[in-house]
Order: sequence, then C-alpha cells, then structure tokens
Amino acid sequence: MHKLLLALISLSLVGCIDSKEEILEEKNQGLVYCAEANPVSFNPQVTTTGSTIDIIANQLYDRLISIDPVTAEFKSELATDWKISKDGKSVTFTLRKGVKFHTTSYFTPSREFNADDVIFTFSRLFDVYNPYHFIGDANYPYFQSVGIDQLIRKIVRVSDHQVRFELFNAESSFLANMATDFAVVLSKEYAMALKANNQENLFDQYPIGTGPYIYKEYRRDHLVRFYKNADYWKHEVALEQLVYDITPNGTTRIAKILTKECDVTAHPSSAQLSILAQRDDINVERETNLNIGYWAFNTERPPFDNLKVRQALVHAIDIDKIMQAVYYGNGLRAQSILPPTSWAFELQKNMPIFDPQLAKKLLTEAGFPKGFDMSIWAMPVSRIYNPNARKMAELMQSDLRKIGVNVNIVEYEWNTFIQRIGEHRHDSVLLGWAADTPDPDNFFSPLLSCTATFSGKNPANWCNPEFDLLLTKALDTTDLNLRKQYYDAAQSMIIKQLPLLPIAHGMRFQASSADVEGITLGPFGAISLANARKK
Amino acid sequence: MILDYILRRLGLLFFMVLLLSIFTFSLSYLFPGDPLSNLSGIPDTNFTQNAQLEEKYLFNSNYFMQYIAFVGRILQGDWGMSFASGSSVFAHVVDLIPATLELSIYALFISVLVGVPVGILASAYNKQWPDKFISSTAMIGYSMPIFWLALLLIMVFSLKLGWFPMSGRVSLLYEIPASTGFILLDILLADFPYNGLAMLDALHHLTLPTIVLAMYPTTVLVRFTRESMLKVMDQNFIKTARAKGLTRGQLIIHHALRNALLPVIKQIGLQFSTLITLAMITEVIFSWPGIGRWLIDSIYQRDYPAIQGGLMAVSLFIIIATIMAELTYTLLDPLSRNQAHGKV
Repeated sequence: MHKLLLALISLSLVGCIDSKEEILEEKNQGLVYCAEANPVSFNPQVTTTGSTIDIIANQLYDRLISIDPVTAEFKSELATDWKISKDGKSVTFTLRKGVKFHTTSYFTPSREFNADDVIFTFSRLFDVYNPYHFIGDANYPYFQSVGIDQLIRKIVRVSDHQVRFELFNAESSFLANMATDFAVVLSKEYAMALKANNQENLFDQYPIGTGPYIYKEYRRDHLVRFYKNADYWKHEVALEQLVYDITPNGTTRIAKILTKECDVTAHPSSAQLSILAQRDDINVERETNLNIGYWAFNTERPPFDNLKVRQALVHAIDIDKIMQAVYYGNGLRAQSILPPTSWAFELQKNMPIFDPQLAKKLLTEAGFPKGFDMSIWAMPVSRIYNPNARKMAELMQSDLRKIGVNVNIVEYEWNTFIQRIGEHRHDSVLLGWAADTPDPDNFFSPLLSCTATFSGKNPANWCNPEFDLLLTKALDTTDLNLRKQYYDAAQSMIIKQLPLLPIAHGMRFQASSADVEGITLGPFGAISLANARKK
Repeated sequence: MILDYILRRLGLLFFMVLLLSIFTFSLSYLFPGDPLSNLSGIPDTNFTQNAQLEEKYLFNSNYFMQYIAFVGRILQGDWGMSFASGSSVFAHVVDLIPATLELSIYALFISVLVGVPVGILASAYNKQWPDKFISSTAMIGYSMPIFWLALLLIMVFSLKLGWFPMSGRVSLLYEIPASTGFILLDILLADFPYNGLAMLDALHHLTLPTIVLAMYPTTVLVRFTRESMLKVMDQNFIKTARAKGLTRGQLIIHHALRNALLPVIKQIGLQFSTLITLAMITEVIFSWPGIGRWLIDSIYQRDYPAIQGGLMAVSLFIIIATIMAELTYTLLDPLSRNQAHGKV
C-alpha cells in the first residue's frame, strides 16, 4: 500500500516537472526585440521611415527578388526567374507556386499567391484606376521619389504565374528598386474583401503578407506582436512569437538588454557599447553600412536659397569635433554623399573645411555681416547615420554662434518630425539616409531629385533640373563606366551647390543576448528576423 | 446631521468639478494653435470638416454655450481625438487608468501594512534605540527624491543583481487579454496553461515600482502614527490605566490604539492624492503603461487634446478620492461632523 502511494506521488511529481518544463519552453520560444519607435504603418509601400521598415518589411512580407548582401547579385524570392528583353523595356517575372498568404482573425485566403497579387500591388503605386491608389492620399514616398509613375507603362498578366512589366524606357535601377524593402507583395484578395465592406482604410493597418511572421496585435507606445507563420514557403520558422518592445530611449534599451527583458536591441548608442562589450552574455555586432548622415538646408526658404549663406554655414562647422563627440570613433567622416564602399564613390577634393574666418567673410558677402537667427531640426531618435542628433545640433549651435548665427534647436516626436520635414517647415535639419539597395541611385533620386521634393522626401527642398538630368542619364544606360561618370558629376555638384552637407557614415550596431542566433546585419536594407532562434 | 454633512461635501465636490471643467475648457484656448483642433483633436481641418466641427462644437455662439456643449460631450465620453495616435482620448484614459490605480492601491496597501505597525513600535519605545532607528530611517525615506530611489533600486536589483525586471507589467511574451485592465486580475481571468508563471512574472515586475511608490506614504504614516500614539499615550485616561498597573502591551492594544488610529485613517485617504502624483514619476522610470506616463509623453509630443483629457481625468480622480476619504473618516469619527466648512 505504501509503495503504491509513493509511486503515485512520484508519478504526479514527474508530471508536474514535465508540464513546468513545457511551460518554460513556451516563453523561451519567443523573442523580444527592442525597437526605437512606433511603426507608422504596416505597409512598406507607404513609408520610408527606417524604424518602421525594420519592423515590418522582412517579417510580414516577401519581395519578388532580393539582393545578396555579399555578392550583390539578384536572388529569387517570390519570383523564381526573371527575364529582361533585349531593349531592356520589358521584364518578365515567373512566380513561385504554392505560396500562401497569412490566415488571421480578420482574413482567410481562399487561393494561393499568383499574378493578380503582383499586378494589384504594383499598379497601386501609379495606376489611378487601382481602387487603392488614393487610399492614404496616394503617398508612396520611395516609389514616387524614384519616379515609378514615369517608368512603368503597364503590368501585363501573361499567365497565372507570369507577369510582364512594360517600361517606358530601359532603366538600369529597375530591378534594384524591385528588390528594395518597399517592393513587397500584398494580397489582392484581401484588398477586395475589405473593399466589399468599405473598409479600405484598414488595409495598411492590418497587414496580410506571405512572410515568416503573422500580425497579431499592435499597441501604440507599447508593443507589436507577431506569431510564427507555420506555412512559410521558404523554411521552417523557429520562433513561436516575435514581440517588438517599443522603447524610444536608447539608455533604456541598453538597460533592458542587461536585464534580459530584450533579446535583441536596435541601435545601441555607441557611447555605451563598451559596457555591453564587457559582458559575456551579450554579443555586439558591428557592420559597415551604406548610409549617410547629413545637414540639409531648406533651399527654397531665404536666406538658405543663397549659396553664399550655405557655404558660410558649412565652413563654420567643426566636423572633427562631431566625429569624436557624437560618433565616438565609430563613424567614417564623409568625403562625398556616397560612402566609400559604393562602386560609384569618388572622393571629393573640395569638401568644405572648418574655417570660421572664411565663414564670416562669406556671410558678410551674402549681406549678413551681423548674422541671423535660424533653426536646426534634430531628429529625436538614434539612427545608424546619426546616433545623437541633439548633441550634434548643440555642437553646431556653439560653432555657429561664433559667426553670429543664433540657432534654435527644434525637436518633435519622430513620426511628427518626419511628417513636418516632408511639409518643408524647417530651416535646416540633421537627418540621414540608409540605403535600401547597393545601387548608387538610391542615394540620389530618393533624396535630392525634383520628384522627391514633391513627394516630401527631399529634405533640402532642392530641385535642380541639371542635377536631375545627370541622374536620368545615369539610369538610362547600363554601361558601368558611363554611369560612374554621371554619378561623379552628381557628387561634385552636391558639394558645389551644398543643398546638404554630408557629415558622416555610421556603423550599424546591434546587441543581442548570447543565446540568440540567426540574425545578421547587412550592409543595406532592413533587418530580417526570419532565421532568428534561441539556443 | 450626517446627511447635512454629506450634502455639504457633495456641494464642495460640485464646485470643485465645475471649476475643473471650466479650467479644462479654457485650456483649448490657452494652448497654442487652433482652439477647434485642440478640442476635437483633428489637426489641419479642411473647409467642409471645419464647418462641421464648428457646428458640433457651437463655435458660432458665445463662450458660455461652447462650455455647455463641452460639458455635454465630456459626459457622453466624447473627449476628442489624440493628435499622436488619432484615436479617442477617452478610450486611452479608460485603458490606462487601471494600471495607475493598480500600482497606487498596492503601494498604499504596503505602506499601511508597514507604516502603521512600525509607527506603533516606534511610539512604544519612545526615545529608546528602536524609536531613534525608525525615526531616522523614516526621515531619510521621507526626504529622498523618488526618482533617485527608483534609479538606485534599478541599478542594484535590476542591472547588478538581475533579480527584478525594470520595465513594464509582465513579460511581453505572455499575451494577456486586457479585460479589467488590472494585470493580476487579468492573469487570473485569462485562460491559458502558463497562468502560474505569468502571475509570478507579473509580481516580479510589480516589486520595484511598488516599493518605490510606497516609500513616501510609508514614511508619512510611520511618523504620523508615532505622533498620534504619543499624543494619546499622554492623555489622562492612559495615565490612570497605567497607574492601575496595566502592562505596556495591554495599554497600547486595549486603550491607545483605537483612539490613535482615527486620525491615521484620515491620513491614509489623503495620501492617495500624493500617491497618484508620485505614480506619474514612477511610471515614467519603470515604463509602467499607466496614465501618468501617457500624460508626460503627451506633453512632450504637444498632444493638446490628450493633455486636456489626461489632466481632467487625473484631477477628477484625486478630488473624488479625497472627498471619499473624508466621508469615510467622518462615518468613523462622530466628533469631526461638526466641522462647519468643507475643506480639501
């Protein structure tokens, strides 16, 4: 009798331990990523905000093609194959079969991914007859800045699994643009289901994609929760759950990784990297990255429309001091708008040097011997290209005071900030750009072209037809030498005209718990957590 | 008699709320920007929207009518939209207030649990070493800025020792549906296999913020209980009892305590308003998703409708809590009912 009792007790104990381990596992199969800002949307087509793209693009969606970060060659994703016609004016994609869209509480797909989805997705960007074109004020900042509406003539359905993009002219960066994080494929069936209920405005808020994770919930200023997509076409997803903990404060993000509240953190401040590097249980990764941090002037607003004023201002800035105090030696001083790792990079010999005397002289010539008042807008979050814009603005404020220019530093919450910059309400702004593709055009068209001005992307508000012509010529040819010549000219024109002052190229950092693996930093584009898992 | 008293208090409540609502309403004119945007929370209105809003908010009539319309909307729960999130301010408030309340209630509970007995202990050993120790510790706790204490605790217990987490209410990996907004209740109500672990995790998250928030009211209660006890112990009936040969324990438990605790009860109620204010600071430091953190974020983001709604909700809450505390106290202590004028 006693033996039986003992056996029973031990059995129940075993049962207890078993279930407990199972439960512990439950929590361990999730990953918490500390992100620096709320996502502005859940559709990468409608935004270029890096913090948003990092969260949504590679987790929820797939693209037709991608670019290999090592070889810089195109890789197949949702398109298994693509063919460019001889004249370069039409590109035919063969689509993957058997890819399923997400099944969620708000949508259940009845069919697999096919040509209709591709046509719907890309025609939304430029076709006024697409029922979704005008949703969200028809604002597609990246695609408008590269002039997609003047590029694609039409998209033709060849068969269920083949689509042909017909272009107005052969453009060398077309495939590169199709491989950016913004060129994801959306579900037409979902869009039409929403349209039938007159709920089109929900389309960009409740995402349906084909990616490794499925949207579960979003609570502003708190979290974004994704679940694993068990039917992911590419590979098995290891994590059951992926949670983004929205933590705007950089120091808090560092603290959270120390207390294990986050497994991975975005953009740890370079000032605090040394603390993290001392710990065995935390890995710090660094990777050179295609990006540029700059100081842009609103060139439409006096006195910044005057070249002499812009020259005076940039000559008053001590960039060496900024490199030490803001980048802590973890940045590269810019010698052009392009980073040195880009193939089109050309070192600019006449980069402005620190010379307050000259600055003062130029200011007098421009008609402001006593100086003037201006504002510098400093972005409130830490990004790769500028880890601490506020501090940078303060340094510049003291430099500019010496030539009689009084600076007022302006800060807003990140999403409001981006929106107001788009409306060109600023005098000057400290901002930057992280490349989405290795194609050099990615640094020019989205930032400084005339179309970018209209779509609210061009923070310098600078529209120069001569410069645009250079960009168009560079895109019209596939001859690399010729392209490089045009980009050389474009780079030196920026330094000559100074719509913006290139300051530095930052390194990309990421801190993660030692038990997390499978997250790699690339030289361009958004972060992907598809392969992330816990040891 | 008691009815008369309650009516007086309700009259006071009415006038306080009236003043509060007038102040809140005038804020939309005092804040920078368009008053219509500040009230409705819809920025950059176009022409037709503008006309509709003007009609809804009675912007064509005088200030008095606008105020009446404002009160009507407040009562209906239409508090405008937040600039930052674009959703209803009232929904935000309802969503966030339970978190703040929960934290404050636990902190108050802890401070009563610790503060009152420790205060009695100090008075029992008046001017001996336990009293000196308790009084000086209470003095330190009383004068220590709460954010500094919070940072110290985070440094030691979260960053150095790793015993407690430093942010939020529960590990984000536990997906707990918000039915009541009180996290412990929600975990109990939620139906999933890892209930116990989630509960443990939530208690873990609660520890540091509760200690930080409880620090100030605890020290106040210690000092108050001690003084109140000493005052009672000095009275003649206690002296008589002592002369009759009662032990110190008998004296305190049977005679002094009941009389000394009455003013303490009033004090507990009054601590609630201080607590809500301190909770805002605690929430910011521990990323606690309550109304205080939201209000401070809204100030940073210049989200005027949210500031307006948040201020109103918090002040309304404090006014009601204070008056409730007074009423409870009066029910327990008949002597205080003769007070002619209300005071808060």
